[in-house]
Amino acid sequence: MAEKINNKNVLFNPFSKNNPVIVQVLGICSVLAVTVKLEPAIVMGISVIAVLAFSNVIISLIRNTIPTNIRIIVQLVVVAGLVAIVDQLLKAYTYDVSKQLSVFIGLIITNCILMGRLEAFAMANKPWPSFLDGIGNGIGYTIILIIVGFFRELLGSGTLLGFQVVPQWCYDHGYVNNGLMILPPMALIVVACIICVHRLYNKDLQEE
Amino acid sequence: MENLNLFIRSIFVDNMIFAYFLGMCSFLAVSKNVKTAFGLGIAVTFMLVVTLPINYLLNTYVLSAGALTWLGPEYADVDLSFLSLIMFIAVIASMTQLVEMAVEKFSPALYASLGIFLPLIAVNCAILGGSLFMQQREFSSIFTAVCAGGGWGLGWLLAITAIAAIRERLATYSNIPKPLRGIGITFILTALMGIAFMSFLGIKL
Repeated sequence: MAEKINNKNVLFNPFSKNNPVIVQVLGICSVLAVTVKLEPAIVMGISVIAVLAFSNVIISLIRNTIPTNIRIIVQLVVVAGLVAIVDQLLKAYTYDVSKQLSVFIGLIITNCILMGRLEAFAMANKPWPSFLDGIGNGIGYTIILIIVGFFRELLGSGTLLGFQVVPQWCYDHGYVNNGLMILPPMALIVVACIICVHRLYNKDLQEE
Repeated sequence: MENLNLFIRSIFVDNMIFAYFLGMCSFLAVSKNVKTAFGLGIAVTFMLVVTLPINYLLNTYVLSAGALTWLGPEYADVDLSFLSLIMFIAVIASMTQLVEMAVEKFSPALYASLGIFLPLIAVNCAILGGSLFMQQREFSSIFTAVCAGGGWGLGWLLAITAIAAIRERLATYSNIPKPLRGIGITFILTALMGIAFMSFLGIKL
């Protein structure tokens, strides 16, 4: 890269302008699957931040020694090692949440955000900016997870983090939870709404 | 009969895209026209059919608890399942590379049409997801694994071809609100198709 990389931009751009989920369209699978409740969404977000930051650092450290032909395998093995550690930690300390997330912790490996950032950033930059890039993109991803999780849990089961939010008298007067929100297709619609609102205010991202 | 049932279920009821939302990244990125979408679908199906049985063998004879008993009774309580993520992804990544080389050598025409997608497949969640579901559901035989792999692959192929066909029409015939153009409307489309696919829930043969 010709110009000097601005660490602040590297960290903050992925929050909104270059958000990994709604602008780069990476890592959609897990956004849809783990956001039925807020709690697994937050756990998933934190796991992704950790894996992304450390795999970015590791790949960035060894970027000059990786033969280009087999770089995908090398990247996958590094990521898989980190994810296995996270998986074991979650099983040890938060067993219930890890049960809810089931295969999706394993699927962090093939989360496109990881491969995308490793290929696009860590292979070409020094460890410290790579670390910041990992943190930034992880947080951008987590923001979307939390927004989607918030609406799905609030409208779908009337609770937030397991606490009852919609008061009982609403139910007494005929309020009914929207059962469709719990099903995966609604996550897509919520993400579509986020994209729509986001692009309404960022005209340069609109297509055609 | 049981395997046929599983095959049909994997295509429609347990559809990788509409029921589990796996492999969405390439699904969204490569569904702009039918021809490339179909090519990617074929490649994914092929990889699922190849990697699922290999990972099944690995899981049964190496990784799961007590699987190493065939080496001798002293290995009966060895449990290597914590290694399964690394092993599965290594199998998938190396198979992708191998298939890429084989196709390039023996069928340049196919390589020209699939070429760019083959490396992408290593990071397609649907492939790793298939292996992880196989482990979670404890399939009974290698043939079951092949059937499930084929079913999931065909389901994925069906989904991506259908969405690509709709997107081709959308681009010419409809006036979509500006902020939703491109990726936004594709999300909504996928959601509607997912709701439609829910009508298959509960089908038994």
